[in-house]
Amino acid sequence: MAGKTLYDKLWDSHLVQQRDDGSALIYIDLQLLHEVTSPQAFEGLRMHGRKPWRLTSSLATPDHNVPTTVEERKSGVNGIADPVSKIQVTTLDDNCDEFGITEFKMTDMRQGIVHVVGPEQGATLPGMTVVCGDSHTSTHGAFGALAHGIGTSEVEHVLATQCLVQKKMKNMLVRVDGKLSPYVTAKDVVLAIIGKIGTAGGTGFAIEFGGEAIQSLSMEGRMTVCNMAIEAGARVGLIAVDQTTIDYVANRPYAPKGDHWKMAVEAWQDLVSDSDAEFDEVVVLNGADIKPQVTWGTSPEMVIAIDQDIPRPEDQADPVTREGYARAWKYMGLEGKKTLADITLDRVFIGSCTNSRIEDLRAAADVVKGRKVAESLKQAIVVPGSGVVKAQAEKEGLDKIFTEAGLEWREPGCSMCLAMNADKLGQGEHCASTSNRNFEGRQGFGGRTHLVSPAMAAAAAIAGHFVDVNELVKQ
Amino acid sequence: MRPFTKHTGIAAPLDLANVDTDMIIPKQFLKSIKRTGFGKNLFDELRYEDEGQPDQDCTGRPLRKDFVLNQERYQGASVLLARNNFGCGSSREHAPWALDDYGMRSVIAPSFADIFYNNCFKNGLLPIVLTEAEVDQLFKDVEANPGYELTIDLEAQKVISPSGAEFSFEVDAFRKHCLLNGLDDIGLTLQEADAIEAYEEQRMKTAPWLFQARSL
Repeated sequence: MAGKTLYDKLWDSHLVQQRDDGSALIYIDLQLLHEVTSPQAFEGLRMHGRKPWRLTSSLATPDHNVPTTVEERKSGVNGIADPVSKIQVTTLDDNCDEFGITEFKMTDMRQGIVHVVGPEQGATLPGMTVVCGDSHTSTHGAFGALAHGIGTSEVEHVLATQCLVQKKMKNMLVRVDGKLSPYVTAKDVVLAIIGKIGTAGGTGFAIEFGGEAIQSLSMEGRMTVCNMAIEAGARVGLIAVDQTTIDYVANRPYAPKGDHWKMAVEAWQDLVSDSDAEFDEVVVLNGADIKPQVTWGTSPEMVIAIDQDIPRPEDQADPVTREGYARAWKYMGLEGKKTLADITLDRVFIGSCTNSRIEDLRAAADVVKGRKVAESLKQAIVVPGSGVVKAQAEKEGLDKIFTEAGLEWREPGCSMCLAMNADKLGQGEHCASTSNRNFEGRQGFGGRTHLVSPAMAAAAAIAGHFVDVNELVKQ
Repeated sequence: MRPFTKHTGIAAPLDLANVDTDMIIPKQFLKSIKRTGFGKNLFDELRYEDEGQPDQDCTGRPLRKDFVLNQERYQGASVLLARNNFGCGSSREHAPWALDDYGMRSVIAPSFADIFYNNCFKNGLLPIVLTEAEVDQLFKDVEANPGYELTIDLEAQKVISPSGAEFSFEVDAFRKHCLLNGLDDIGLTLQEADAIEAYEEQRMKTAPWLFQARSL
């Protein structure tokens, strides 16, 4: 019999009940909650007179709606100018108080984007099942945890039962061999993967990312890769546990301590796919071939390397692709443009659950240090992923580097990634963004998003247009 | 949950691949803390020329005339025909809530994104996967015949055209059971409370760190 994949092992260790019809009851160890997808779930509990099954399995923090200016943040939830956003954040606070769920409220320095906060606090641990009403929950798979996004009905289901009804997914291995070139980051790797397999390439699969290029990434980089598994259609992204994982988790506030730590570390050694495990599909990339990536269109799969020409609709053989490209060209205003450098940028956003961790901020600061943001830009903002990231960055003086270069230094939250707060693009504006989705209207009505790494966003901020960061740093 | 057994309704063709959940219901409408009222903002950016605001009265907003649901012949549509990878992107259940609130009972496409597909079943909305060739055929038939209605029979797992042509589809047995009977699956899972407790007891021995109370 073939060995087990990491996904198989995680599935088996959380199986409460296998049913005859192929569905299964899977136990959930950790549920993260935020203000957007939880109110209707709590309301459902109240309507049926149900209580959370196990309180210690939940952790909440507001992130999508929170303002990021110092002024608005001074007085906590009362400082939110948008009355509708304020109600949503207040509702989360009230629900967590009523049901007894641990919440990092807006004034808590541990507040931040759920997918930054969970790992940072050691709430996310290897071998867990982790869910959240947010598709980017795949992020936590970087720890060898089975993590995926769910809808609000399932948020309620997990609160009430600690379980989910699931069907097992198929196994895919995406192996990135060899070493990465300078300034080619985790973000470039995952964008290149999406470019190769497409936004539906991983539908129905749990993707395990492996190979030398993945193993050599830090935990921050691994989180960036798993974060965007969903952009390749896979709800679940996974990376095997190794010493890098264990070193990151050690001594985090919620990480196991003493004997429990020793016991946990021993158990975590098994969180790798067996050498004879069989995958339903294997995709291989060569790390050395990957160059800095930039999306040109309105889907993450519409991505090219910085030195490539923007693909034209008329060159596409498939009619549905041609139609999609034509629509994207029109929306993105690409008529008359040949390369990425021809696009004049209006704004730059460095942040989001994909790229707002300390390493991301260091990479961006390293590029802008001693340089100035292009005068043609309307705005460039840096939004740390959590209060803890913000404090660390300030300790290292990164905030000063950003503000001296002409970037704004903000308070933590999801911010311009999906523009539920005041940070958004105007109609027709182009933005170099370290976020995860370039869908129509995602960052604001009529806004045009180009996804890039923090280093590439920083380089674009300096040049005012896209440029290979390797070229910029030589100047 | 409202049961789904058999439904006949006007089909509307949305001829666009990779329709994401930001398109189905843009983010500004996610600020609601209710499950209802999203229908008027379904496909807001495709449907209206201006930028929609939460709690806005949408009557009188300028419509995009070329958008399928704004065309006279598709008024009252309750079956949406769509292309590959429908519902990709965010996990927002507001997407099926908006489709449902608008009056859609079923979406037919060659493929769906996983989370969206799953969310539909929780809301009495039936996502149906047919082959690309079948969906292509339906697109042609719908466009050629005003007032074209499709019948969906969940028990028989068939989509039936006005001419009597039948298209079979697959659906997971448990989901079908819940949808046919309008069952609340939380109640069903709670019937297995003993099994969940037994799992926890066993797991507490092998992985006790997962059950530790956290100090604030």
